Parts: sequence; C-alpha cells; structure tokens
Amino acid sequence: MNPISLEVFVVTLGIAMLMLESFVVSTDKRYLAWLGIAGLAIAFGASFFARPEFIPPNAPYASFYTADGMAMFFKRFSLLATILVLVMTIDYTSVIERFVPGETKGAGVGEFLSLPVLTCAGLMWMVSATDFIAIFVSLELVTISFYVLVAYLRRSEGSLEAGTKYLILGALSTGFIVYGITWIFGVTGRTNLAAIAAVLPGLPAASHTALLFGVGLVLVALCFKVAAFPFQFWVPDVYQGAPTPITAFLSVGSKAAGFIVLLRVLQPFLDFGPLHGKLETILLLLAGATLIYGNLSALPQRNLKRLLSYSSVGHAGYLFMAVASLGVAFARPAIEFYLSAYLLMTFLAFIVMALVSRSVGGDDISHFAGLARRSPWLAGAMLVAMLSLAGIPFTAGFMGKLFIFGVAIEAGHYWLVVLGALTVACGFYYYLLVVRAMYWQAAPEYAPEISVSLAGRVSMGALALLIFIVGIYPQSLLAFLG
Amino acid sequence: MSLFSPLFFLTMLPLVAALFIMVGARAQFVARWTSLLMLGLTLALVFQYRVAEGGFQFISRFQVADELGISLSFGADGLSLAMLLLAAVITMSAVWVIPPIKSRENLFYACVLLISAGVVGAFSSIDVLFFYAFHEVALIPTFLLIGIWGSGDRQAAAWKATIYLGLGSFVLLIGIIGLYLAIPSERTFDLLRIQELAQAGTLNPPHWVYWTLLIGFGTLISLFPFHSWAPQAYASAPAPAAMLHAGVLKKFGLYGMLRLITPIFPESIGNTRIPLFGFEIRYLDIFLILIVGNLLYIGLVTIAQKRLDWMLGYSSVMHMGYIFLGIAGLNQLSLSGASILMIAHGLSIAALFALCGALRERTGTVEFSELGGLARPMPRLGLLFGFATMAAVGLPGFANFPGELMVFFGAFGATNHVPHGGFDAIQIVTIIAVWGVVISAVYMLRAYRSLFFGTLPERWNGLSDLAPVPRYAVILLIFVLLVIGFHPQLVLSYVTPAILLP
Repeated sequence: MNPISLEVFVVTLGIAMLMLESFVVSTDKRYLAWLGIAGLAIAFGASFFARPEFIPPNAPYASFYTADGMAMFFKRFSLLATILVLVMTIDYTSVIERFVPGETKGAGVGEFLSLPVLTCAGLMWMVSATDFIAIFVSLELVTISFYVLVAYLRRSEGSLEAGTKYLILGALSTGFIVYGITWIFGVTGRTNLAAIAAVLPGLPAASHTALLFGVGLVLVALCFKVAAFPFQFWVPDVYQGAPTPITAFLSVGSKAAGFIVLLRVLQPFLDFGPLHGKLETILLLLAGATLIYGNLSALPQRNLKRLLSYSSVGHAGYLFMAVASLGVAFARPAIEFYLSAYLLMTFLAFIVMALVSRSVGGDDISHFAGLARRSPWLAGAMLVAMLSLAGIPFTAGFMGKLFIFGVAIEAGHYWLVVLGALTVACGFYYYLLVVRAMYWQAAPEYAPEISVSLAGRVSMGALALLIFIVGIYPQSLLAFLG
Repeated sequence: MSLFSPLFFLTMLPLVAALFIMVGARAQFVARWTSLLMLGLTLALVFQYRVAEGGFQFISRFQVADELGISLSFGADGLSLAMLLLAAVITMSAVWVIPPIKSRENLFYACVLLISAGVVGAFSSIDVLFFYAFHEVALIPTFLLIGIWGSGDRQAAAWKATIYLGLGSFVLLIGIIGLYLAIPSERTFDLLRIQELAQAGTLNPPHWVYWTLLIGFGTLISLFPFHSWAPQAYASAPAPAAMLHAGVLKKFGLYGMLRLITPIFPESIGNTRIPLFGFEIRYLDIFLILIVGNLLYIGLVTIAQKRLDWMLGYSSVMHMGYIFLGIAGLNQLSLSGASILMIAHGLSIAALFALCGALRERTGTVEFSELGGLARPMPRLGLLFGFATMAAVGLPGFANFPGELMVFFGAFGATNHVPHGGFDAIQIVTIIAVWGVVISAVYMLRAYRSLFFGTLPERWNGLSDLAPVPRYAVILLIFVLLVIGFHPQLVLSYVTPAILLP
C-alpha cells in the first residue's frame, strides 16, 4: 500500500464527517466521534501495510514526501493522538454545547469533531515532508485548523483570548519561517532538503553567515510549534483558554510533529562542518533556556492547566537536550521514545483533568483536593501520569529521561546535564503538588459524583498500563521506532 | 532469559499484597501474613544459598532493551542475602507494630508494603539500573506516609525529604549513566559484568563519576553535609515508615557504595590527589573530613536535642559516620565491619523508632522535659528501650559492638605510610570515631535516664504497657541483634566472601 493513501484516507474521512454533520438530522453528534475513531483506527491498522517501496519513483510527490521509519512511526503517533482527542471530546460535548450557541442542540459539535481529523492529516504530512515548501504547507494546515479549534468556544472569553494570541503569534512565526526559507533558498537555490545537503559543501565561505541566519529564523519559528524558548510565551494562556481536548492535542501533536520537522531540517546543516559548531551552540543555549524557563515558571502555578503548559515547555527542554546531542547515534531514538512517553502521560493527565474540571467546575490544583477518596481510580490514573511526568522509575517518563540524559552525557554536554538534574528536582515539586492535593488534602464540601464514559475508562486504563509496560520493558516501544 | 528467580517472587510478594490491599483486601490481615511469608522465604533462600560456592546465586535475567544492555535481572550473594534478611525482619516488625489506623488504613498498609517491595527489589537486583529504580520507587509511599499520617510539621518534612532525595537520586542516576558509558566496547548495566571488568582493571571511569556517585549515595545515606533532610523526616514520619526508612532504605546507599564505589574506584577513595588552596589533597582526605562532620558535628548536635524523635533522627545520621569510616578503610576487615554495622544499626534504630512511636501514641509528646519515670507504668517498654539503647551505644553482646570494633581496627590499619612519628589522616579520624562512641553513649544514656527514670509526672500514671503483638515485634529485632552480637561469624561467613577488594 502506498503510504500517501493514508493521508488521502484521513482527509476524506474528515470531509465525510463534515458532510454527514451537515446532512444528517440528529442532535446527538457523538456518532460522528465514533465514526472518526473507527476511521482513524482503520488508518492506524492500515499503516502497518504501508511501505515506502510502494511509492512510485516517478511520482510527482516523490521528491518532497518520505515514508521512512520515523515518518511512519509518527503517522501512527498522530493517528493515536487524534483518536484520544476524539475520545476526550465525547465526554466534553456538554461543555461545547454550553459555549457554542446554536438554534438546535448539538450545533457546533460536529465541526469540533471533524477538525481534529483534518489536523491529523496535516500532522501526518508534516512528519513526511522533506521539502521546505511541503513543510510550510503542512505546517500551515495544522496551524490554521488549530486557530479555529483553540478559539472554538465562542462564548468563553478565555477561549477567544487564547485564539487571538495563538493567531497573532502563529502568524508571526509563519512570517519567520517563510523569511528563513527565503534566505536559505537565496543562498542554496534549493528548497528540497536532500538537494540542499548536496549543494552545501560547494558554497563559498562568505555565504555561511547568511545561511546560518536563515536556519536560525526557521529554528525560531519551529520553537513556536514545539513550545520552546524563545517562542514559548503564548503557551500558558493558550493552553489554559483552549478547550481541554485541544490543549492536549496541541501539547502532544503539535510538539511531536514540530520536533520531527526540526530533526529533518537541522540534519543537512548539522552535517555541514562549518555550521556544525555554531548550530550546536545555539541548540545548547535554547535547551538550557527552555529548561530553566519551563521548570521555574511551573513552580508557582496553582492552576493545573497552566502548570501542565509550563511543564510542556520544560519537556521541550529535555527534548532539546537530545537535539543538541544529535551527533550521538542514539539521540534520534531517544527523542522519539521521549515523545511517545510524553503522549501517553500527557493524554492520561488531560483526560483525568477534563473529567474532574467538568464535574467540579474548574481546573485549579485545589479542585483536585481529596480526589483519592472520592474517585480512587481517577486519582490513581492521575498519580500514574504525574509520576511518569516527574520521571519516577518503572514509568515511561523515567526511561525517556534516562535515554535523554544518557545521550547528553555521551555527547559531553555536562553543564546541560547539571542543569537538567536541577530542573528534574523542580519537576518533582510541582508534579507532587498535584499528588499532595489528591492524597493529603480533604475534599471540598461540594463534590459531585464524577461519571466516566466507557471509552474514557478504557483509554485511561490502556494509557496507564502502557506507561508501566513501556517503563519496565522499553524494548516494546524501541522495537517500533524508526 | 528467564524472569523467574525466587528473588523475583520475593520482590513481587509485597508489591502484589499492596495492590490487593489497595483494591480492598483486609489490610492488616494480608500485610501481616505477607510479612511472615517474606521472612520465611528469605530464610529459606539464606539456607538454600551454597556458602561454600559463594558468588551470586538464584540468578535470572530478562532483557528489556536489547541493544542498550538493560535487563531486569535478579541474583543474590552473601551480602545481598544479609541485607534481604535485614529487610524482611524489619518489614515484619514494622508491619506488626502498626497501631490501629483511624483513617484510610488500606493506603497506610499499602504504602508500608510498597516501601518494603522497593528495598527488597533493590537488594536483589543485579542490574544497576533496576537496582536504582527499585529504590527510587520507595520515595513516593514515603512521601504519602509522612504527609498524611506524620506528626509535627509533617508537610514540610515530607516535601524536604522528597525533593532532597529526588535530587540526590538523580545525581546518582547521572553517576550510574556515567559509569555505564565508561564501560569499554560494551553496553551493559549488569553488576556482575561491571565488577568483573573492575577486578580485571579494564574499567576506568572518569573521576566525576566517582564524585556524582559519592554525592548521590551520600545524600541518600545522609552523609554530612547532605544530611539535613533526615532528622526532620524521621521525626515526623509515622513509626513504621521511620523504621523502614532509617532501618533499611537508607542502607541502600551504603550497599550501593560497597557494590559500585569500593570495587571500582579504589584509587579515588585512596590516593588520587588534587591541588586545593595550595595543598596537595587526597580525595580520601575530603571524604574523611565529611566523616568527621558526621561523627563530631552531628554527634554534638544530637546531644543538644530536646525531643526523642529528633534525637533518634540525628543519631541515625551520626552512626552513618562509622560505616563511612569502614568504607574509607577499604580493607577486608573494615568493609566486613561496615556490613555488620549496617545490619546492626538498621535493627537497633528500627527498634528505637518503634518504641518512640509507641511512646508518642500513648503520651502524645516525646519532649524529654515532659516525660520521666516511665519505667514504672511501662516496665516492658522500658526494658526493651534499654536493650535498644545499649545496642545503639555499642555494648558488647549486641551486633553493633563487633561491627564498630572491626571498623576501628580495619580503618586504623588501613594505611601503610605512616609519617615519621605521627598518624595518617585516617588514623586520626579513627581516634576521633572512638570518641564518637562516647558521644553516642552520652546522648543515648541521657535519653534513657530522662525518659524512664526519675520522678513520674502525675498525669502519666495510668499509661498502659506495650501490647503483646508490638512487643514481640520489637523483641524479634533485639533477638537478632543479640544473636549476631554473640556470634558475628554467622553473618561474616556470608558477607566477607562477597566483599570485593581492589
């Protein structure tokens, strides 16, 4: 099977869902979610039969589309993330109905369900793109659908504010990336990454500065996608204001695809001797600044969504540690492993958070007080997620950190390792704040029952189980990495 | 490629029991029987172990990441069996002294068993990464135990200990990764392989690995000046948590030093020199200065304490100094002494914390100034406390005595270059350490006197004595202390062959 048919299928699925929503008269739109989940699951299964050999060599897209191991792994990753987003949305429809006015019940839910599917197609293209034009187009497909999704809750001021911030800063970063691409194109005359790699050695030394400037601009724009310094300041407000399933999607999908693009874009320039040292210095500085910023800002947070958003910046910092150590052979698998672990634990945390905040009416840490007594299973799931995010052994998060630090030590970035160790200790504090609220503190007086749909239960159980399996037996994940 | 060593089941036993308790099994019943089963299984393993053959036995390996050389492997030699027995005895005693818990009994028992699972797993792992991982897992139940059921300023204590230990163990992890990357032309976390390479002299990790391991393990063991989490945490922790933590979990660090530092970094412990303030200073000297901090500084701080729980917390920090001295001595005698002392200290401090907990439960306070003459209403508790006090002071007949003696002799004879007419640094520290025994006698005996003798305040007249179940739990600890004290060869025949010398 030709790998590109996966993207075609997912786009078709998204459009079909939009059509159904327009023409089927039903106020309960949850069937659309199930349709989306089923379709994406089919695509997930089909992806194991897709092989790059099936791409015809003379196909028009062959030069800017790759289906190597990494791309295939992250296509599955995006599909899985989208499925989880749809599962989360099933339990979230009541919130959408409250904040999106319409003449009939359920108005607006349909679009909310089909947009993530289209975003997923964008993510799948993004991880396959090997040409600056393709990268730009897929990036925009993802970002534009996120503009809509973030601002979706029309009656919620927070959501609108988040949407505006995301739109303005997103547009700015788009400007950066286009400008960067222009400089690179101006110097090399190519947009294809492989072609650029071939041209680089023949360039006159005088143009290296211009090239570095272009790469720097692209890097800065990608930092926006992965929520890393110096383009991280949109993160807390947007994460807090956006609908919770979308926050999870942004935090996982956008970050993962951004890192894959980063790896692809950086590779030719890092392999190019004269630029290697300078780029590595830039990456080290970015990693250090991201680690410090993310983890220190997370310390005083008392709202769980904001806390997770700053911690998401912190995790980008750990990932950057490995990006700055790309000379080590294991750096790439380490990044992919960390991203996968990050998907498991972040989604688990967000699923629990969405459920709790829907019933208690807020997502401050204090809203989680006494959860261990009210709903021990939900608290247990949150505990697993927090321990994994903090990096306690036998969880996926620990193995991820182990690999990242191993790679950084092997590359000899000792000061970054010291910094990383200190920020891990910060992480201990703020993740355990949530554990403290759930287990130490008494429940508030108004504490309604929290009901969880079957899909929610199954996905939480599966995620928690996977966190342990990957944490104890990492080969189960390593075997699938590209 | 198998997972099923008896040690695997020994580790899973408390873990599975904890899971059962969390989903609603009868907590006390399950926990008590689990601890009995653990002790039985451990004893069976000790007798099954073929002493004459030596080395690691009951080995199982299960590869979890092929190319990285990480495997979930279990195995035990004499030293690990001794530590496992210590863990089983203290778990048993800790579970049986738990008083009736008013709220969330199941979570309490589950946390205690999880700590136990962590230490048992750590002592029976022969993969360095999982050895580390099992220990770190015990951090979270400790956090919950102190935070929910602790006394005094429990929240601050729980935070401090958890962050401190979290950072310390992360430093340790970095050291372990450094060691792993220093193995030439191979990727493995296997302890046996690492020791084999170290014995062959082909493993030469960079010096920073030694320092991260020393600081990492040192933080977990409360090496001066990384000790400040310990007294507060022990003072606030509920008795079973303090028993397990001070008794066994802390010994993880010492055990790790015997496994990873002494066989691999003899030069770093010994004679590597660095210039400092214009002097040539040996790494050993820096370590010795820290040991003096443990013995003298903390010793004097302990004397100044006004509450039993804080005093015990500080005393457990101080006693680590002797064990460090044994490690610094780096010969057969001093290292064997250090291992005996690990066990002896674990048992005696566990007994003391158990009795301290029982006292607090009855009186609600452990201030020396408010208590006195308690031997009259509680003769049995007083007698047991007396035994534990004498053990902690190092009276002959208790296991602490042979341990300390071996450490002193070993450390004093550790040097072969005596400057003309003087002492080497380690000999001076040994002399100071002998004075440390006097310091610990001062504070322990003073505590004993002011708690149990003198005039009994009116309001403590009607206190009840120790109930039979916790009494036998403490007697078990004292009994083991006496057995080892009178016949240390029992332990030495297991431990000494396991100690690797450079």
